[in-house]
Amino acid sequence: MAHSSSLEPAHADTLIEARGLRFAYEAELWVVDDVSLQIERGALAALIGANGSGKSTLIRLLAGLRTANAGEVLFSGQPLKGIPRQRLARSLAYVPQINPMIFPFTALEVVMTGRSPYTPRFRFESRLDVEKAHKALATVDGAHLAPRPVTELSGGERQLVAVARALAQEPECLILDEPAAALDLKHRTSLIRILRQLRDRQGMTALMVTHDLQLLDPAFDQVFAIHRGALLAEGPPAQVLRDRVLSRVYDDPQVRARKLEGRTFVWSGT
Amino acid sequence: MDASRQIPKGAGSSRDSTASTPQRHGNASQAAARSLTRPLILALLFLAASTLVSLWVGYRLLDPSLLREDPTARILFFDLRLPRVVLGGILGASLGAVGACLQAFFRNPLAEPFTLGVSGGGTLGASVAIALGWGINLAGVPMVFLAAFAGSAAAVLVVYWLSRTGDVVMPGTLLLAGVVVNLIASAGVILIQYIADYSRALQILRWTIGTIDVVGFDRIWRMLILLIPGWAILLAITRDLHLLAMGEESAASLGVNVRRCERLVYIASSLIVGVAVAEGGTIAFVGLIIPHAVRLVLGQDVRLVLPCSFLVGAGFLMLADALARTALTSGELPVGAVTAVIGGITFLGLLRRQRRFSAI
Repeated sequence: MAHSSSLEPAHADTLIEARGLRFAYEAELWVVDDVSLQIERGALAALIGANGSGKSTLIRLLAGLRTANAGEVLFSGQPLKGIPRQRLARSLAYVPQINPMIFPFTALEVVMTGRSPYTPRFRFESRLDVEKAHKALATVDGAHLAPRPVTELSGGERQLVAVARALAQEPECLILDEPAAALDLKHRTSLIRILRQLRDRQGMTALMVTHDLQLLDPAFDQVFAIHRGALLAEGPPAQVLRDRVLSRVYDDPQVRARKLEGRTFVWSGT
Repeated sequence: MDASRQIPKGAGSSRDSTASTPQRHGNASQAAARSLTRPLILALLFLAASTLVSLWVGYRLLDPSLLREDPTARILFFDLRLPRVVLGGILGASLGAVGACLQAFFRNPLAEPFTLGVSGGGTLGASVAIALGWGINLAGVPMVFLAAFAGSAAAVLVVYWLSRTGDVVMPGTLLLAGVVVNLIASAGVILIQYIADYSRALQILRWTIGTIDVVGFDRIWRMLILLIPGWAILLAITRDLHLLAMGEESAASLGVNVRRCERLVYIASSLIVGVAVAEGGTIAFVGLIIPHAVRLVLGQDVRLVLPCSFLVGAGFLMLADALARTALTSGELPVGAVTAVIGGITFLGLLRRQRRFSAI
């Protein structure tokens, strides 16, 4: 983080800022209800909340994939709406939750689309782009997947390809919708490791939706908890991962969080 | 600590082994930068070959020496055979390119003008115009073309509106809606045939089967007034379609303006299909089989598949029409029937293969 702040001292603190965001699919049924938050540049942030609490909708608003009914999103101090799409795609990458693939594109072809924000409309990717796509795949430990059709990959492998595509965009910020859900234990931890490493080396910011609360402490810098569309708690993992906060987030009085060997473990039930 | 030890090693070694070696192996390999040159040359060769074949065969085989000497042979060739071959090429190119576009846009390998009801809508629109009288031109464009365009546009809007719920286009509903729109449209055509007078009803019947009858180049020029803008739109949004073929949300996050692209797909496909249907009748399944055949050879990249489907579609329909002209010793088959038989069987084959992907 010290690294990134030395690069851009002008707005070193906040990369993404939401001000009073509201969104409803149907009139007056607020899925996101007056959310204001700030994600620090170079932070690894997590968004947690119960199923249907509006997590995915919120990050779509933050990624500029949906427009809020009220409020605004600032990216690097600029209103997100005002940033041209192509330019935004060079700074902000989004990894969707499910990515159903119908056509058997190869993994490399999929990752290569991450280079399209840098490629003129009527040009194919250059050799340099191909190299960068390979590198992105290798970063997620997926170099061997390059020639394989994505339709034949497992859910977890597809997830890795989706992350590699986002990395190929060389973004300042990565927004991921439950990337860990389809990943096994090993790849889950290695994904977090990759995100931490990108943060430390390139000052990359990441916001990740997750249900896997064990991942958060101490790997993450910021945790946001939402409940029925409203921001309920935010702060460093140790502050949010507490019995009192979590039982409100998940509407479950039996949630327990305990620290053990420097990590916080969370479980529910007797 | 653990992290910094493992990742650079993994990243470095696997990059060396996968990224650099294939590139050294030359341009044909997967890892080399992609280019359109080689596929285009292949497609153009096919197109040139099919043009020659279809100019050569027919009611009588072409005799080049006769063209120089015999004025009747010259007229037959330049007013009948050549325009017919050109029209076949234009229609095939249009249908092939629209098919590739619709399959990518809807992320559905079974999508094409016919299965989505777009050609059905166009047929209905054109039938109305035929029943009301052929002759009127509007700024050089025959009314039939405009009516067919309107019909196609209405069909594509209805089908899309029915199958879209929120952010998701349901593939099953998409095709079902297409079938139903087709049925309604053909019922409409039958009604019109009953109401219209005898000669016009016959005209509609002959035309709906799908034949490429054309005399001279006049109508072809008029078609191109509408077709060229449609083709241009398709080529302009090819990259967006390539990204959309991999998912709407990821395309949006890569900078594609999905809503604008959607509107352009509507306009271009109904323009092209409308005009193609108005002139050639329902020439089914060309839009389905051509992109699939091209993909078998070139892979999935829509930026290769769409332009090559345009050229290969042209060649294919020329050949299909040559077959239709020569299959019977007396008279000829409607080319729509030829493509429907070839394409229908292909469709069933695809449907069977499709069962492996449970999503559809």
